[in-house]
Amino acid sequence: MNTATATPTKLTRKDFASDQEVRWCPGCGNYSILSQVQKVMPELGYPKEDIVFISGIGCSSRFPYYMATYGFHGIHGRAITLATGLKIANPNLSVWVITGDGDGLSIGGNHFLHGLRRNLDINIILFNNRIYGLTKGQYSPTSEFGKRTKSSPQGTIEHPIRPVRAAIAAEATWVGRSVDADAKHLAKMLKLMARHDGVSFLEVFQNCIIFNDKAFEAFAAKKVRDERMIYLEDGEPLRFGKDREWGLTLDGLTPHKVRIGENGVTEDDILVYDAKNPSMAYLLANLEYPEFPVPVGVFLDVQRDIYEQSLQAQIDEAKSKPGAGDINALLAGPNTWTVD
Amino acid sequence: MSEHKVAELDSVTIRFAGDSGDGMQLTGSRFTDTAALVGNDIATFPDYPAEIRAPAGSLAGVSGFQIQFSSHDIHTPGDRPDVLVAMNPAALKVNLKDLPEGGILVVNENSFTKGNLRLAHYESNPLEDGSLSGYRLIRVPMTDLTVKAVEETGVQRKLAERCKNFFALGVVFFLFERPLDTTIKWIEDKFGGKPEIAQANILALKAGFNFADTIEVFQTIYEVKKAKLPAGTYRSLNGNEAMALGVIAAGVKAGRPIFYGSYPITPASDILHELARHKDFGVKTFQAEDEIAAVGASIGASYGGALAVTGTSGPGVALKTEALGLAVMTELPLLIINVQRGGPSTGLPTKTEQADLFQAVLGRNGESPIPVLAAATPGDCFYVAIEGMRLAVKYMTPVLVLSDGYLANGAEPWRVPDLSELPEIEVKYAEPRDDGEEFKPYDRDPETLIRPWAIPGTRGLEHHIGGLEKDKLTGNVSYDPDNHEYMVKLRARKVAGMVRDIPDLEVSGPQEGELLILGWGSTAGAIISASERLRAQKIPVANAHLRYLNPFPANLGEVLGRYEKVLVPEMNLGQLRKLLQAEFLRPILGLNKVKGQPFKVEEIMDQARAILEQRTVAG
Repeated sequence: MNTATATPTKLTRKDFASDQEVRWCPGCGNYSILSQVQKVMPELGYPKEDIVFISGIGCSSRFPYYMATYGFHGIHGRAITLATGLKIANPNLSVWVITGDGDGLSIGGNHFLHGLRRNLDINIILFNNRIYGLTKGQYSPTSEFGKRTKSSPQGTIEHPIRPVRAAIAAEATWVGRSVDADAKHLAKMLKLMARHDGVSFLEVFQNCIIFNDKAFEAFAAKKVRDERMIYLEDGEPLRFGKDREWGLTLDGLTPHKVRIGENGVTEDDILVYDAKNPSMAYLLANLEYPEFPVPVGVFLDVQRDIYEQSLQAQIDEAKSKPGAGDINALLAGPNTWTVD
Repeated sequence: MSEHKVAELDSVTIRFAGDSGDGMQLTGSRFTDTAALVGNDIATFPDYPAEIRAPAGSLAGVSGFQIQFSSHDIHTPGDRPDVLVAMNPAALKVNLKDLPEGGILVVNENSFTKGNLRLAHYESNPLEDGSLSGYRLIRVPMTDLTVKAVEETGVQRKLAERCKNFFALGVVFFLFERPLDTTIKWIEDKFGGKPEIAQANILALKAGFNFADTIEVFQTIYEVKKAKLPAGTYRSLNGNEAMALGVIAAGVKAGRPIFYGSYPITPASDILHELARHKDFGVKTFQAEDEIAAVGASIGASYGGALAVTGTSGPGVALKTEALGLAVMTELPLLIINVQRGGPSTGLPTKTEQADLFQAVLGRNGESPIPVLAAATPGDCFYVAIEGMRLAVKYMTPVLVLSDGYLANGAEPWRVPDLSELPEIEVKYAEPRDDGEEFKPYDRDPETLIRPWAIPGTRGLEHHIGGLEKDKLTGNVSYDPDNHEYMVKLRARKVAGMVRDIPDLEVSGPQEGELLILGWGSTAGAIISASERLRAQKIPVANAHLRYLNPFPANLGEVLGRYEKVLVPEMNLGQLRKLLQAEFLRPILGLNKVKGQPFKVEEIMDQARAILEQRTVAG
């Protein structure tokens, strides 16, 4: 959203930290996300009172308590519904939904789907730790097939949902992904999603230190990140590696990992990313480690009619008609008779 | 018009019955509008199947519309029809049992074919076998006559046949000396884009009227004079329209926009349709992906300062239940409309019932008090919506309003109020502040226990709310045992204290004595009619109507104490009765009906008589 009004006094990250004691487990990935959100908020230019954080239920959903903004800690899975009504009622607000893989994709799966396709100008951050934390360690809808948890002692027999793919399929207009520990990249994503006109959906790989520790370590650890993750940039070739020596090419609908300079591959062969193309976004969203680097960044960034604006336009149109808003005429209706 | 004997009647009940595709609801509502405009009092009861188009000619597909119109004040659509119009054998089969001996029976004889008779499970043709000899049977070849009448318009035969409901209406209009002009104008407006269809329907209507006149099918025609209603401007209105208008009027009175979150469900969807048409009042309608999203978005809108309403029927309320607890916990104003239907589960979607009272008053996890009101008549839905919103906004609480299928679709003459007659709805948002002091969202008025409505966008009031137990002042999460007990009791006290805003229960008839008939919701009309008739027969019964079901009016216990016996007729197995017994520790008698049909006046009269006679015998 870029219709913010300028704030009179410059706010700092401290202004966004509430007086509530943060109660996540020490080492939880949520701390890093909270820190980046608090850091980014002053840069967005909203008066503090115009910012609202809304959540469902789960570890991540405690988030609003730690922000010194308006906050609504809802019920399980329903944060997007609350945000939808709030944004429709007051389109001037900057509305942020904080949800998790269980809250957002399991019990709240229906609202995820419809919240995205409706394209209200709200921001949804999904903390994906691939486990149920608050209920102490059951598998989640994003847990890997075969994962052993308290509720799947022999391994899950469910295939996981991939949030980015699901978001693209649900007609989201801005879809991104980042990692809790990659502070710089996360901050950049937060700013970009805030500035998008329409719904923005950010998946954050978030480490649960107690029940699913090091779930993303294999590719997201600082040491291996450059080799095993690829940073999507709109209009830029899909290259990665410490010296950007690796790249992705497309053969029909099949992506390949190639090394520039080997087998006659040149820089020009590398696929250029197009964040306006949902098909390409979907293709990239399929890539997984270890066969491929894991993509992070902006998968999709397109424009479409925004729900609350379209609704307001209909209201304005209805109000402009002759006789609009005449309550006495409405109550009387077209056919009346008089009793003396 | 040829000479006919004209007899004057006080009131008449007509039932139009036919196939779902025969347009009986339309025919009935056209008759209703004309009767209303002529100045009769009216009450209607549309009764249709859940299937949009059940197999043509089948018993399951029969759709009916009953109207009572009268020269005096009436409260019900009539127990039994004086006139039954049956468009096919199935309609005859389903409805004949309600037609009293000697009643007028108009049938479309063209539809009594072998196939249709079989579909209606008739072994022989009732038109021929003498089984209808007890009625004043009028056989009209409606299909043939209609097709002939509309020939000049050149419409295809299939379309021509579909005009036969207007032919039937014309016949009935003649029988009751009704003018055709209102219906003709309606047809012209409705089919404006298809002039040949409009013309065909008008020709069919006139043909029916003239047919009845010319061939003198009726020896006598009837006049029902204007009713003596209180002075004013009137319109015809059904309960769903009234509810929607009430919601809009509440928004106008409060000077705040309405947010209506809803998911399509029978019989509540018409409220959504009606509100969606009135965006010129700033109404924001939101058709959600499900019932939960509908209430969730409504809570979100309320949090944002809108007058939020969510409308549904019983199964939808079941889905919204957890969110209603959230509205209780966060103390946000919210109006929930339940247009009740037969249950449990999917139940009887198009039939009426009052079996969601427990759900309304008690049906949530935890101690979760919600004020509950119920509408008495179709027109009363308007006032109940306004009152519900007034209380919700004033007390910062969800309020549940109960209507039902019978009220939702039934129509009555409604005196159009002036805006100034309606109660004020005062909306107060907490003021912005710059003093840097911590805002305490759960600090409250010591007497009414109302907390401030602090909406996002207000400077200096940033705070957190949610479904976890709240500290009694800051609204922050609190697991303190004493705080929880305090808050549970506080929420209960707040709702109980709303009694100060609720008028005392008024009783009609003897102010003390043997029997009080106490009702709630849509049984009001039948109870008033039954009580008035009993009193006219010198049987001393009193009657009263409970509009507020939680909390009860302050004088309810005292009123109950003035009568030896209290009878509660309700369309459930005794839900109000049990609430009253639990609250006031006294026996209450029940008259319970769960047939998907409203009470007949006779049923209540019979029960009251039985109770009084039993007493006499026993005494």
